[in-house]
Amino acid sequence: MTEPDLKKIAGEELARQGEKSARIACCASTGCLSSGSGEVMEALLEALSSHGLADKVEVVPTGCMGLCSHGPLLGLEIGGEDGFRFLYQEVNPLLTRLIVAEHLLPSLEAGGDFPVPEFLSSHLLPLDIPFFTRQEKVVLANAGRINPERIEEYIAAGGYRALEKILREKTPDAVIEEVARSGLRGRGGGGYPTGVKWRNTADSRGGEKFIICNGDEGDPGAYMDRSILEGDPHAVIEGMLIAGYAVGAQSGWFYIRAEYPLAVERVEKALKQARGRGLLGKNILGTDFSFDCRVRLGAGAFVCGEETALLASVEGKRGTPRPRPPYPSQSGLWDSPSCVNNVETLANVPAIIRQGAGWYAGMGTETSKGTKVFALTGKARYSGLIEVPMGTTLREIVEEIGGGSSSGRPLKAIQTGGPSGGVIPVSLLDTPVCYEKFQELGSIMGSGGMIVMDGADSMAEIAAFYLEFTVDESCGKCAPCRIGGKQMLDLLKKIAAGEGNARDLSQVRRLSEAMRRGSLCGLGQTAPNPVDSTLRYFEGEYLNLLKTDDD
Amino acid sequence: MTEGGKTTSPKLSPAARAVKKWRRKRGALIMVLHEIQNQAGFVPRETAREIAEGMEVPLARVYEVLTFYNYFKLRPPGKAVISVCTGTACHLKGAPELVAELEKELEIGQGETTPDGLFHLQCVRCVGCCGLAPAISVNGKIYGKAAPSQVRQILAEWRAVFREEDVDD
Repeated sequence: MTEPDLKKIAGEELARQGEKSARIACCASTGCLSSGSGEVMEALLEALSSHGLADKVEVVPTGCMGLCSHGPLLGLEIGGEDGFRFLYQEVNPLLTRLIVAEHLLPSLEAGGDFPVPEFLSSHLLPLDIPFFTRQEKVVLANAGRINPERIEEYIAAGGYRALEKILREKTPDAVIEEVARSGLRGRGGGGYPTGVKWRNTADSRGGEKFIICNGDEGDPGAYMDRSILEGDPHAVIEGMLIAGYAVGAQSGWFYIRAEYPLAVERVEKALKQARGRGLLGKNILGTDFSFDCRVRLGAGAFVCGEETALLASVEGKRGTPRPRPPYPSQSGLWDSPSCVNNVETLANVPAIIRQGAGWYAGMGTETSKGTKVFALTGKARYSGLIEVPMGTTLREIVEEIGGGSSSGRPLKAIQTGGPSGGVIPVSLLDTPVCYEKFQELGSIMGSGGMIVMDGADSMAEIAAFYLEFTVDESCGKCAPCRIGGKQMLDLLKKIAAGEGNARDLSQVRRLSEAMRRGSLCGLGQTAPNPVDSTLRYFEGEYLNLLKTDDD
Repeated sequence: MTEGGKTTSPKLSPAARAVKKWRRKRGALIMVLHEIQNQAGFVPRETAREIAEGMEVPLARVYEVLTFYNYFKLRPPGKAVISVCTGTACHLKGAPELVAELEKELEIGQGETTPDGLFHLQCVRCVGCCGLAPAISVNGKIYGKAAPSQVRQILAEWRAVFREEDVDD
């Protein structure tokens, strides 16, 4: 394989793009495809060719543009400007044909500023709303801009340069040092320093070592990892390559939920293209570094997000966790030293190498650096995928970016961290996004689900909802989780139905303590979080539901 | 490769084909089961036995895996699998009402198939379209921002699909 010349590939791609007089991005992520962006794309191609624009205008199927609640989204970039100047919302095939005939065509003919006709401008999203202006995109920089199915576009956007840089200029040790200095921490929820994890794996003895990408995004209400895999798969692959070089691994294993078929398809396509360009395989970029990736699918088990359970599942077995130590960094996949990193964590790595640890550490708080992607959903006016610097307050996220309540009712609480997390009441909205702060409040950062709740949502019912999830997903290996969860759920349902008494509530508290202390893995240890945090902030709601002895 | 020279026969069973593709790869059992489930919609007992033999693992190992993961089915589902997303965002925005309406219209409960074998109703954890909550997926087609009042129309749409298929047959 001849060495790929990244600069040349990028140059050719940019020249090709430069020949087009306009670029239309159509969101082709699961969210927008569900709202009909496939039909929009067909209509777009048809309209362009009927106006003789097929060669002049490039249609780019992109990853998630963020504002999923208003999809399908269509972005117009006319005449070589950087970024979209027009973003259409809730587009359908008819509207698409009108956009081509009444906006794109006259704009190209006029060659300058063209006033958008009023019947179309009502479908335009204002680009100066906080949803767009308050975000800081590192991980999502390419999603919604490039075609994730073409490696050339990723390379043209600066892709694989971080890999080239470390292979030419840095020792594995120096790479680990750089990542450690950046302050990057695990984005799957644990928040373990990535540099330390890499160092531990690098220091372990073993002929074979593995990098595992945890794409088993199981939290209900979270789809950050899916969107990253769908929207910018090469960034994750490049992150894995860099991790592999740093710890001395020979292969990388993607573990992706089977419920994410599009993500799987895009990753497999990306792997094939990377192999074709000599960026995966033997002697990458002419060095003696060899590395390749494989994909393994999950099969619907929440507990597989826990790293020891995940490793068992990659091996093709039941995904039950095992006690640690030994940690995967010492003995993991097939008993070899393994480094398990979440999708978003790995997607941060190329940017850190390209722009430096100092740049990355310049964003965020004392202990939480960089940015974090959240799936902002529930009762927010603008819901979708967002990325903000750590340290941004919940108020900025919910009230500004999210545009406040969608229902008109006042907001009540924000749930973070999914079934392992908790609720944060609106009175604490000034809390900054930070691992430690969320923990102090009885929740966790989690993988990034952020669900906005309003006055109509009953906290006891929400707690029961989450607990039902974890009870259902408990693997059954240890008793505190298997039995404790079930008993606590029965009591909670009784209370939510107005049938419980004060003794039941105190029993709930005792069970919570037992599960927290006695469970084998994170699933059981954190399962009581939604119950405890709703009790902490909304105890009154529970008390109002209790039967008194006089009843 | 396998005993009896099965692999030389021109027409391999789906299980034999999947086993042949995966048996030399690591961590392959779940991938083999995925291939079968994708083709047949479930993993029949006979196929499970064939896989156990081909992969040279005890049948108990195959079932251990099959029964652990929610994704694998042991019985054939209906022609149209209706998955109601019960992720948090959907739950808050009316998934329980959608389930109730579907149960009423189809006269079946969750995890059940209609007697005519057309519809299978199940609840799933988050299909990842939280921005479109509440969502229903029928054989992979997603209906976002679904309301109970749309249920009848969605069912009629799928009944029509199967009527056309019958005519084609």
